[in-house]
Amino acid sequence: MIFARVSSRLGDFTLNASLATTDEQPTVALFGRSGCGKTSLVNAVAGLLKPDSGRIEIAGETVLDTERGINLPPNKRRIGYVFQEGRLFPHMTVRSNLNYGRKRNGDGSVGFDQAVQLLGLDHLLDRKPFALSGGERQRVAIGRALLSNPSLLLMDEPLASLDSHRKNEILPFIARLKDEVGTPILYVSHAMEEIAQLADVVALMDAGRIVAMDSVERLTARLDLHPLTGRYEAGAFLTARIAEKSAATGLMRLAVAGKAFLTVPAAPFPLGSEMKLRIRARDVSLSLSEPKDISILNRLPGTVIEVRPDAEGPMAEVLVDVGAPVWARVTKLSAETLKLAPGQEIWALIKTVAIDRTSPGRQKS
Amino acid sequence: MLSAFEVEALLLSLKVSAAATLGALPFAMLFAFLLARGRFPFKWLLDGIVHAPLVVPPVVVGYLLLIGLGPNGPIGAPLKDWFGWTLAFTWQGAAVAAAVMALPLMVRAIRLSLEQIDFKLEDAATTLGASRLDVLTSVTLPLIAPGVVVAVVLGFARALGEFGATITFVANIPGETRTLPIALYTLAQTPGAEFEAGRLALISVIVAVAALVASEAVARRTRRAIGLQEARSQ
Repeated sequence: MIFARVSSRLGDFTLNASLATTDEQPTVALFGRSGCGKTSLVNAVAGLLKPDSGRIEIAGETVLDTERGINLPPNKRRIGYVFQEGRLFPHMTVRSNLNYGRKRNGDGSVGFDQAVQLLGLDHLLDRKPFALSGGERQRVAIGRALLSNPSLLLMDEPLASLDSHRKNEILPFIARLKDEVGTPILYVSHAMEEIAQLADVVALMDAGRIVAMDSVERLTARLDLHPLTGRYEAGAFLTARIAEKSAATGLMRLAVAGKAFLTVPAAPFPLGSEMKLRIRARDVSLSLSEPKDISILNRLPGTVIEVRPDAEGPMAEVLVDVGAPVWARVTKLSAETLKLAPGQEIWALIKTVAIDRTSPGRQKS
Repeated sequence: MLSAFEVEALLLSLKVSAAATLGALPFAMLFAFLLARGRFPFKWLLDGIVHAPLVVPPVVVGYLLLIGLGPNGPIGAPLKDWFGWTLAFTWQGAAVAAAVMALPLMVRAIRLSLEQIDFKLEDAATTLGASRLDVLTSVTLPLIAPGVVVAVVLGFARALGEFGATITFVANIPGETRTLPIALYTLAQTPGAEFEAGRLALISVIVAVAALVASEAVARRTRRAIGLQEARSQ
């Protein structure tokens, strides 16, 4: 659990953020554009930046209270910080790097062997950081923070310096960590797909403030936040269950909210597994009638809920209820030609469905 | 092989230079940290004083040392009265002169490597539970080790060649302050001693080059040990 209320003037920029998280939603993503103050807020929580005023609590302990003159140094705050660039100690082996925090803070809930196994580090232990790939370095950095017996893990864009291949190599490790270790995580990112895979709740940040805090699904569905949540990657986040699998076609059917069904390539998960889906607005086309002679499998009937043309440019966003809300990104010209209006019956053609994560063991409460 | 005169000068030079370098090292570290990291008024003044021997004529430095540390000087007199130490005209005085002349080079080398350290590594160490002193010994000092090696070698080489400040402060006393350069100077002033002077010059060159080669090897090994070289070349 974190409580943070900090304000600080940093040159032209003013940080004025309030954040409160709960134990029920231990993985919190801090999302926002570059320069919105995410890193400053995290540094304030870590104690690397002293705000002009504010109060910060981590796991019930007050680590900063400017009114009462409390300001614990970073080494007393029991945080594990994973930096964007890893920051491994170049003069130490991977083993010594991993042991650095452990030697100073004592063993926590995660043992050395467990962390090594969880992050796949066994064959790297005797190497020096220069002999590691970018992805390996980040895994060591995560292990080092995890082993410092933290009551909170701070991750500041830990994947930002990696290419997409390496990102996909690390994300599952963080997801496992979240499920198996259970240490609360404050995860900073400006990439919605990472957040969709990891976060229980998202705090949306803009110009030094937290402007909204909600689930990924609900935040991305809010049109007024689209300038902040991003357009290109924008879309609907849905929760679905595997309803049917066919060995003959290699496809499976997913039930969304028990109403809509999507057909996607089969994934190696058992029937009934719950998964998070993302349907990007730019992958959805609209049609007034059901086109039969088309290669797209996912043709869903629905109703237009809202049409919102962009303030600038030729595009518009259309929210369609197909049993679950789905966004379509079409041109204003098409919207006019089809005379799209709320209440109108429509077919949504979905070209691609991205599966962000599965949570077989977890039931949504 | 070497004559008694040459051996005497060589050993004295090595003793004086070693003492000068080791004695100057703690001060060089302190000044390098203050200049690289410190924020205090009149920092420019400290910077200027530390670096003055680089630009001031060595004779002037020697003269100032003589005035300050001489038996009647403001620092020399108490040293003599309280501890019975005499610096003027002794080999310890030669070491002090060499140390003062070597100090700016040593400070520069250490300061440079301090400024190259990514302070973010030190931040990372504090988030892992290390106190400031702990960060200094576990992260900062190991990372500047190559710079310290360079500083020691540069300082030693500078001390080995020190002439002007030394002869002004401690004069030319055989077996006490007649180091290699001063012995060479003496021979060069002696008619008919050209051959002996040449031999001494050769010895000086060999010692200096040997120190440089050895330092290069040590520096490379230190860099590799802390994984810096490879990390930079990536």
